Amino acid sequence: MPNTAAPESDAPLLDVRGLEATFAGARGRLEAIRGVDLTVQSGETLGLVGESGCGKSVTMLAVMGLLPPSVRITGSIRFRGQELAGRPQQELAKLRGARIGMIFQDPMTALNPVLTIGAQIAEAIRIHDAAVSARAAAARAVEMLTLVAIPFPERRALQYPHELSGGMRQRAMIAMAMANEPDLLIADEPTTALDVTVQAQIIELLRRLQATHRMGLVLISHDLGIVAGAADRVAIMYAGRIVEQGAVEDIFDRPRHPYTRGLLASLPKIDNQAARLTAIDGAPPSLAARPSGCAFHPRCRHAAEICVARDPELRDVGGVAVACHLAEAIDAAAAAPPDQLASQPTGMA
Amino acid sequence: MYRYIIRRLIAMPLLLLGIVSIAFLITHFTKGDPLISIIGERQMDNPVVIAAARARWGLDRSLPEQYLIYVGSLLTGDFGTSLRTKQGVGRDLAVRLPATLELVIAAMLLGSLVGITLGVVAARYRDRAADHLARLFALIGSSLPVFWSGLILLFIFSVQVHLLPGPGRLDARTTAPPIVTGFYTLDSLFVGDLSTFAEAITHLILPACVLGWTVMGLVSRQVRASMLEVLHQDYIVAARAKGASEPRVLVNHALRNALIPTLTVIGFSFAYLITGAVLSETIFSWPGVGSYAVDATRSLDYPAIMGVTIVGGTAFLLTNLATDIGYAFVDPRIRFR
Amino acid sequence: MASAAPALAAAVRPRWLTTPVVLGGLIAVFWISVALTVGWWPIHDAFLATGGRLGPPDATHWLGTDKLARDVLSRTLHGAQYSLPIGLAVIASAVAIGATLGAIAGFVGGLIDAAIMRLVDVTLSFPAILLAMAVTASIGPGLRNATIAMIIVWWPNYARLMRAQVLAVREREHVEAAIAAGASAPRVLVRHILPLCWSPILVNATMDFGQVVLQAASLSFIGLGASPPTPEWGQMISEGARNFYQWWIAFGPGMAILSVALGFNFLGDGLRDILDPRTQ
Repeated sequence: MPNTAAPESDAPLLDVRGLEATFAGARGRLEAIRGVDLTVQSGETLGLVGESGCGKSVTMLAVMGLLPPSVRITGSIRFRGQELAGRPQQELAKLRGARIGMIFQDPMTALNPVLTIGAQIAEAIRIHDAAVSARAAAARAVEMLTLVAIPFPERRALQYPHELSGGMRQRAMIAMAMANEPDLLIADEPTTALDVTVQAQIIELLRRLQATHRMGLVLISHDLGIVAGAADRVAIMYAGRIVEQGAVEDIFDRPRHPYTRGLLASLPKIDNQAARLTAIDGAPPSLAARPSGCAFHPRCRHAAEICVARDPELRDVGGVAVACHLAEAIDAAAAAPPDQLASQPTGMA
Repeated sequence: MYRYIIRRLIAMPLLLLGIVSIAFLITHFTKGDPLISIIGERQMDNPVVIAAARARWGLDRSLPEQYLIYVGSLLTGDFGTSLRTKQGVGRDLAVRLPATLELVIAAMLLGSLVGITLGVVAARYRDRAADHLARLFALIGSSLPVFWSGLILLFIFSVQVHLLPGPGRLDARTTAPPIVTGFYTLDSLFVGDLSTFAEAITHLILPACVLGWTVMGLVSRQVRASMLEVLHQDYIVAARAKGASEPRVLVNHALRNALIPTLTVIGFSFAYLITGAVLSETIFSWPGVGSYAVDATRSLDYPAIMGVTIVGGTAFLLTNLATDIGYAFVDPRIRFR
Repeated sequence: MASAAPALAAAVRPRWLTTPVVLGGLIAVFWISVALTVGWWPIHDAFLATGGRLGPPDATHWLGTDKLARDVLSRTLHGAQYSLPIGLAVIASAVAIGATLGAIAGFVGGLIDAAIMRLVDVTLSFPAILLAMAVTASIGPGLRNATIAMIIVWWPNYARLMRAQVLAVREREHVEAAIAAGASAPRVLVRHILPLCWSPILVNATMDFGQVVLQAASLSFIGLGASPPTPEWGQMISEGARNFYQWWIAFGPGMAILSVALGFNFLGDGLRDILDPRTQ
C-alpha cells in the first residue's frame, strides 16, 4: 500500500481501505466497486478520475453512507480516525452536511425546486444546530452566498432555483455544502453541467474555499483537464478499482498504467502534429461482464498471460501507486513521450 | 401566471352557460309541456296556477325570450317554486347550503389528511405490508356505497357501542346557535357556547369520516405515485447529504413536492364529495342540500331537482377553477414566470 | 405480492398473477354465475313471503328476512340479475359511444375535435349524480332510464381516453406508411390505429364496471332506479335504512356491492399488468 501509517498529526482526513459495494442484479450480485483504497489529507485536493460507470460516484456515496440499503458495503472508511463503515444512519447524518459536505453534478435537479435558496442553506445550518433561530440561519445563509461570490445575495436568497443561472445554482449548492464549514468537501462532477466559461470560475471558487478553510477536497470528474489544473493528487479508477494514484505532476508527466496512458494520449494537444486523435480501443466492461484478472486487459496493448490470470494489486512504482503487473517494464520502455507510445505496439511479455 | 389564470376565468362563464342551457333544455323540452316541470302534474288542472306560471316564465313568448327570462331568473336566485315545500327553491337551497358545506369541508379535510398519510406510508414502505394495507383501506373506501357504510357504522357506533351520537347535526333537544355562517361548529364558538360546539363536533365526526373515506383512495393514490417519483430525484439525495433525517426528507422535501399535484386531486375530489353528500345526508338526517335533493327526486319535485343540479354543477365548476388557480400559486415554477 | 413459493414455481408463475387478481377473478366468476343461474338455485323465493317478518339471521334464513317476510339472502343473490346486466349495458354503450366519438375527434381533428371535446367538458362539469338526477327529471325514473342516464355520465371518459390513444398512435410510422401506400382515411383509422388503442380502454372498462354497479345502486337508493318489489341492491339498502335496527336487511346487498366493486377493480389491475406494453 502506498500510504504507509503516518504520525497522528499527519493522519489522513479520509482513509478508505478495501471498500467494496455489491448489489443484487438480475442474475446474482454485482460489484460496483471492488477493493478501493484512497486517502485524502487535510488541505489537499484529490482528483478522482474515470469514465462513467467506473464507480467513482459510488465510492464517494458509499463514504457518505448515501447508497440504498440494498447495497452491501464492506471495507474500512476512516474519517478523522473514526470508522464510518457500518455506522447507523442517524450517526452518519450528524456528519453529513456538518463535517463532510457533498455537491452534485446538476444543480438544477439537486436543489429542491419548491424551496428558496436561502431556505435550503438555512436548513443545512439548523439541521445541525437546532438552537440557531430562523433569522440567524437566514442571515448566515446570506453570508454564505456572499462567500461564494453571488451578487445581491439578500435578493437571491429569496429566489427559487429556477430563477438562477446554472453557474449561480452551482455556487448556491456550494454555499449549502459549506454552510457548516466541513472538513471534507466532495464535489461530484461539479462542472459537467455548466458552460465552459463558468467551469473555470467554479473550480477557482472551490480552490479558494479549500485554501481558506483548510478543507480536504475530493474532485470527481471524467475531465482530465479540470483535474490537472485543480488537484494535488489524482486517483484513476477503472471498472470499480483504483488503477493508479499519486501526485498530479507525477501522473501526468509519467503515467504508468496503460489506461492512464491511453486517457492522456486521447487528450488533444496544441503542439501535436498528428492528424487524428488516438482513442482507447473498446469500451469499459459492464458490471455483469467483468473480464478475469486485470479488468483492462482486453483493451491493453501490453496484455500478457499474467494479466488475464491475476488481478494486479496497487503497488508503489517510483513514488506512484499502480495496479499493473507490467508497470515497470512498460515504464522502462517509455523513453519516448506518452502520446507516441500509445500508437506503437510493444512486444513485451 | 396571470395569463394562465385569465384563461381559466374566461372559460368559466361559457361552461356556466352550458350548464344553464342544458337545464333550460331539460325543463322546457323533455316533458312535452314545460308547465309540468314548473308546476307539477297535479296542478295541471288548476287554471289559476297555470296562468301564473305562464306569466312568470313567459311561456307564451318566443323561445329565445323564454331562455332570457330563464337565465335572468337564475341570476337573481329565482329557481322556481318547489312542488314539495311550496317555497322558492332558491330560498330552500340557501337555507340548507351551510349544513352541506360544513359536512363537505370536514370530509375533505379528513379525507385529505388521512389520504396523504396513507399515500406517504405506502410510498415509504413500497411493496411491503404497510403499502398493501394502506392501499387496500383506501380502495375499500372507494368501493363502498357511502349510504351503506354510513348506515352500518351509525348502527355500530351509535346503537351498539354508544360511542358517537345518533343522526342529526345536534341532539334533538339542543337549539342551534345564532346563525353567522350557518356552520354550527363555528357559530357556537363565536358565542362561546362550548357545549354546543362539542355536540356539533361529535355529530360531525361520523358523517365526515364516512364521506371522507370515499376520497381517500383518490388522494392516497396520487400521493403515493407522486412520492415514488419524487423520491428518485437528486434533491432527495442532496437533502440526505446535508444530514437531514429521514422524516425531514420525507416531509419537508419529498411531500412538499408531491403535494403539488395532490392539491389538484383534492380539489377535484369535490365532485365525489357532492355525490357522497347527496347519498349520505339522508342516512345521517343531515338537513343539507343532499337530503333536499333526495327528497326532491323521490317526490319528483322538478323545479327542486333542476335547482340542485344547477347549483351543484356551478359549485363544482367554481371549485375546479379555485383548484386550478391555487395550483398556479402553490408551484413556484408557475408562480414566478 | 410475492408468495413464499419455491424458486421454481416463482419462475413459472407470471408476474401479473397476484393474490388480488385471483381474488378478483373468483369474485367476478362468482357473481357472473349467480347472475346467470340463480333462477335455478334451490333457495327461497325472492319475491314471496317465506318466513316471519323482520326476522334476524338464523339457520333457515342466513341473512334474515325483511319487512315483507322475504328472504334477504335470496334477494341479494337475485339482485345480481339486475345489477350486472345494467353494468354491462352501461359500460358497453359508454365505450361504444365514447370510443367512437373519441376516435373521430382524435383522428379528424379540427372543428369536429373541438366540438366533441367541448361536449365532453360540459358533460364532465357535472358531478355524476347530479347529471343523473337531471336526466331522470326529464325522462322519468326507472331502471331503463337510469341506465340511459349512466351512459350519458360515463361516455366522456372513454371519449377522452380513446382520443388520447388515437393521437399518440397516429404519429407512428406504420400509420404514415399506410397513408403513403394510399389507404383511405377510414381504413387507416380502423385497420391501423384502432387495434393498438384498446388496452387502456379495456382496463378502464373492467375497473369502471364496479363503479357503475355502485352508481346504479346509488340511483336506486335515492329513488331514481329500481322500485319495489325489485330486489335491486340499492333499493334493498333503502329499505334497510327504513328499518334501521334490522341491520341484516342492508347487510347482504351492501356486501354484494362492495365485493363486486373490489373484485372488478382487482381484475382491472391484473388486466393492466397483463397488457403492460413492457411485456409485449
